[in-house]
Amino acid sequence: MTDGARLAVDIGGTFTDVVLEYEGGQERFKLLTTPDAPERAVLEGVDAILTQSGVKASAVTLVIHGTTLATNALIERKGAKTALITTDGFRDSIEIAYEHRFEQYDLYMERPQPLIERDWRFSVPERVAADGSVLLPLDEDALKTLAQDLGKTDVESIAVCFLHSYIYADHERRAGEILQSELPNISITLSSHVCPEIREYDRMSTACANAYVQPMMAGYLNKLKDGLQDSGVVGPLLLMMSSGGVTTVETAMTLPIRLVESGPAGGAILARDIAKENDLDLVLSFDMGGTTAKITLIDDFTPHIARSFEVARMYRFLKGSGLPLRIPVIDMVEIGAGGGSIADVDAMQRIRVGPESAGSVPGPACYGNGGEAPTVTDADTVLGRIDPSRFAGGQVTLEPERATVAVDRDVGGPLSVETNVAAAGIAEIVDEHMANAARVHAIENGKDMVGRSLVAFGGAAPLHAARLADKLGIDTIVVPQGAGVGSAIGFLRAQISYEVVRTRYMDLRQFDPSVVNDIFAEMRQEAEAVVRLGAPDEPLVEIRSAFMRYRGQGHEIMVTVPDRAFGPDDGAIFAEWFAEAYRGLFSRIIPNLSVEVLTWTLSLATERGAAEMAPQQAAEGRAEPESQRKLFDPASGTWIEAGVYSRSALQPGSEIPGPAIIVEDETTTLVTNGFGATVNALGQIIMTKEGSSND
Amino acid sequence: MTDANMERIRYQVMWDRLISVVEEQAQTLVRTAFSTSSREAGDISAGVFNLKGQMLAQAVTGTPGHINTMARAVIHFLDVFPADTMKEGDVYLTNDPWKGTGHLHDFTVVTPAFRDGRMVAMFACTSHVVDIGGVGMSPDGRQVYHEGLYVPIMPLATEGKMNEWFLNMVRANVREPVQVEGDIYALAACNETGTKRLLAMMDEYDLDDLDALGGHIIEQSKTAITAAINKLPQGSWSHSMRIDGMEAPIDFVAKLTISNGIIHVDYEGTSGTSDFGINCPMCYTEAYTAFGVKCVVAPEIPNNAGTLDAVTVSAPENTIVNAPHPCAVVARSTIGHMLPDVVFGCLHQAMPDVVPAEGTSNLWNLKLGAGHGITARTDKESSTFMMMTFHSGGAGARPMLDGLSATPYPSGVRNVPVEISEAITPMVVWRKELRADSGGAGAQRGGLGQIMEITSREEAPFGIFASFERVVHPARGRDGGGVGANGRLHLESGTELRSKGFQTIPTGDRLIIEMPGGGGYGDPMTRDPQEVATDVRLGLVSADAAAADYGVILAADGTVDESATADRRG
Repeated sequence: MTDGARLAVDIGGTFTDVVLEYEGGQERFKLLTTPDAPERAVLEGVDAILTQSGVKASAVTLVIHGTTLATNALIERKGAKTALITTDGFRDSIEIAYEHRFEQYDLYMERPQPLIERDWRFSVPERVAADGSVLLPLDEDALKTLAQDLGKTDVESIAVCFLHSYIYADHERRAGEILQSELPNISITLSSHVCPEIREYDRMSTACANAYVQPMMAGYLNKLKDGLQDSGVVGPLLLMMSSGGVTTVETAMTLPIRLVESGPAGGAILARDIAKENDLDLVLSFDMGGTTAKITLIDDFTPHIARSFEVARMYRFLKGSGLPLRIPVIDMVEIGAGGGSIADVDAMQRIRVGPESAGSVPGPACYGNGGEAPTVTDADTVLGRIDPSRFAGGQVTLEPERATVAVDRDVGGPLSVETNVAAAGIAEIVDEHMANAARVHAIENGKDMVGRSLVAFGGAAPLHAARLADKLGIDTIVVPQGAGVGSAIGFLRAQISYEVVRTRYMDLRQFDPSVVNDIFAEMRQEAEAVVRLGAPDEPLVEIRSAFMRYRGQGHEIMVTVPDRAFGPDDGAIFAEWFAEAYRGLFSRIIPNLSVEVLTWTLSLATERGAAEMAPQQAAEGRAEPESQRKLFDPASGTWIEAGVYSRSALQPGSEIPGPAIIVEDETTTLVTNGFGATVNALGQIIMTKEGSSND
Repeated sequence: MTDANMERIRYQVMWDRLISVVEEQAQTLVRTAFSTSSREAGDISAGVFNLKGQMLAQAVTGTPGHINTMARAVIHFLDVFPADTMKEGDVYLTNDPWKGTGHLHDFTVVTPAFRDGRMVAMFACTSHVVDIGGVGMSPDGRQVYHEGLYVPIMPLATEGKMNEWFLNMVRANVREPVQVEGDIYALAACNETGTKRLLAMMDEYDLDDLDALGGHIIEQSKTAITAAINKLPQGSWSHSMRIDGMEAPIDFVAKLTISNGIIHVDYEGTSGTSDFGINCPMCYTEAYTAFGVKCVVAPEIPNNAGTLDAVTVSAPENTIVNAPHPCAVVARSTIGHMLPDVVFGCLHQAMPDVVPAEGTSNLWNLKLGAGHGITARTDKESSTFMMMTFHSGGAGARPMLDGLSATPYPSGVRNVPVEISEAITPMVVWRKELRADSGGAGAQRGGLGQIMEITSREEAPFGIFASFERVVHPARGRDGGGVGANGRLHLESGTELRSKGFQTIPTGDRLIIEMPGGGGYGDPMTRDPQEVATDVRLGLVSADAAAADYGVILAADGTVDESATADRRG
């Protein structure tokens, strides 16, 4: 994109990853996150990587940063002392939510607690109707009195959410002004700013979450900015968002909620570029770590985007057990399936795996840190897939005998089967779960697995990718370099972008082009103001969507509409676009039913710095294995010999026949005996199913 | 040896896959459905059956009302259309309340799945349509004939050709013809999705039929549920519960027997049928009874033919839990939703400290409307509309946990956002808040109900189709816990409304709905005073109630006055 060195920093729960890209190379550095002052690890890491590479701080032209700090604050409930102000009569909407039990059979289930306790939720007289007309004016005196009362407390942040503010925001805006003048040092979040969308609970939840993390995130970002300047890094700091785009510090400070899940978004961006480099137009991005696996659909080099997701799910990752956020996100399914996921046997003699995880402490049994429950990593160890002496670059020496004891105790014993079979069962079930989740996710989006390739990264993904691919009928798998810091590498490839949303109900039979044109013009202006902060001169790409449904339905589908002025005849054309999208999703349309639009979105981004296709790589013949290991083959139920290779020793063009194990510091790639692997010109491992057309 | 063991794991994987297939089938239905109860409340079900009509897997959806009912419905289909007469492209359906899921609004659709010209399975699904004609979703009907179009088991499609004359008749008989037709199409489409996924699975695992896999599933499930039941204390326990009813109170009397791996519930002694549409056909009684039992005994075991017969239910004919044709049945959930509480009353004696106290249980759905045939004409222009939203009072307290506030049980519905309801009707909701002091007092407090206040934006009256319970007879506490607050329906102008039946809210008046609370669990005098102080700080319990019901006296700053509390509690 630009000359000079570029830095990417990803703060995760355990590690802070730093990647530096500069003329002639890429350096990676990993250090422990410093939760009490996260900027410390960042600044240390930046110093270290600059020293390591010999690049001067002043040569860094851009820093892109993603962080789970906001997510963690929401999960651990460590945000600001926050108050909520609502329309009279609605202060409990945030708690009553959807009046839903997300688990049908559990008599003891608990609903997620709202971020703001009831005695910090207030209301004022005001009321707007669904059409935007004022039924009851805002009682400004009541609000002033409330502000003065709040001024006497230790409140740090305030969220304001009035009914129907997505269509008429003046009451919220006025409330914001009054609060700001009475409480100049308190951060204020307006729901009409964070999420101008219909559905009061979702909007309120998003506004509360933003208010809850805002003081902390603003403080942190200020410290980070200053710290970088002190280190001599003068290039601008940009922040990775959950949508996969990057934005300015200023925007991040007002809307920190858009930074939630930025790490995984970086991973998806990396997968997108890998898709491009290998010319794979249908990809499933598969990121499997210690606790969860994340799966994203990437079609035509574009990750699938959603308008909402749930953060902090507290009950087996079940839908409904977390806090809804309506923000643009890269659409991912998160499954409680990682290396640390715990296995046991249920009443029907079925192996269950996850979502409970042994985490990093005590970790899998084979870590020897006191963990006794068998995990996926233990199963992989028993099956011979992991070299005990080379796990995590040799930092942890695995104890396979402990894995055997654990697998026998909780799975092999109860099922009366040998250890190998039990371990193969654990691996098979976890792979099956991920395959099912991927399939359901695809069907929910009207897609399928036909013709897809897999991009596998994260510590555990390359071990499970081949079997997952089998189950999904996928023939090609790419394992990139630096799979352990994939998110940070992805940050460097993201575009500066911003997405704006408006709810404006429209029955297409009464299509009003001037309203639609005005909405898009307004949204363009708002998005451009943000994007131009980070990209003053670059050409921009605009994408518009309308969220539509048949009148009477409950779910809208996203329909991309062109970037042009609309006229009176476009109502019918919108209906055709909808029908086309609906047929794509559900294979049929319903004739004679009118169509309505609920929500409009516009996203504006810099043009993509095109990832280039990997150069053709001539075959260089078979690589020689460094050694042989015994690998349990579930299909035949026997132990087979597999070659062991060091990834760092493999040259582009090397061919590795399966079964094989390719070891590197961050992960191990398992080439099962149905697959063969090669290394492409970029050093990526390409696994191909034997006998497939890609072979 | 190893091969046989790996085979077991292969079966498990295929079983998991089959569950995933029906989940995909259900997802397709939810996402394409029109009626609010299907798409927002998940009032649907989906499952796969073998050629004998044995259910192998069922999706977990928002309603327990289809547990077992759909499984039995498929047998009724086979009685009319034996498997060997079914052809590829055939689709069958019914809304028979006694052969389906209890009222005319639910359509059950069955589709045979063919592989290489041979039938390998059947998919069935059920969903609730927006309208079926008749008096509408109100218990005012006196016979099922008043409640709408009755469709016996018949073909919806024959060898791929839709039964257009049937669809024509449906359109002519319902108030929302396009949406109802859309829902029927959605049912057929979701079975198609299931079929596609099943065939892909059979290809992948090279299966010619589902016999061996089905046998494995049924056997493992049966063994597991039998073992779970055999671990319980064996014997019989009886319990009764009185609810408001429509024209007269209703007594539920149940005797639950655990023996020989079976739990049997007999409703001998339960009140007779009602003259209105709150009667419950036996199939729906079975569903909610089995659900209550399963929540306690075997929540993890999936529903299939292996678990179907583990819970058996009997009731004398002409009781309200076994109402025969032609009883009016549209609001059969009034009865069905109460049955888990009755079952829990029995189970509590067999296994203390497991089941919750009684809850609101019945949904407090708001069915509001205005216009021709609903409300009187006015000289002002006003809208014609119908609105249905799903709401809940408080649930019962649990042995170690407070009850959930404004949360349904046993139903699993979700509500509709106020902003959405207001966008499509002239209704304005002025208040939707938790109702202080409505949770039954107890060592664990019952869940709170909520208060809603509603007016019309127009100068016109509107009507409510009421069907509410726990207005006279509240949810009772357990082991010394207090009762939840009674529900109440009234107008701002002072008039009390009846809890059931259609009533009009005059122009300019405000409808106030106070939903009941759940019962408490254990002696409130033993509740941790700090928790009581927290409830008072949060406004869930008033200071007066803290003193009166819990014996907890608070100082001016809201902290517990230890000595005054000790005195009060004695």
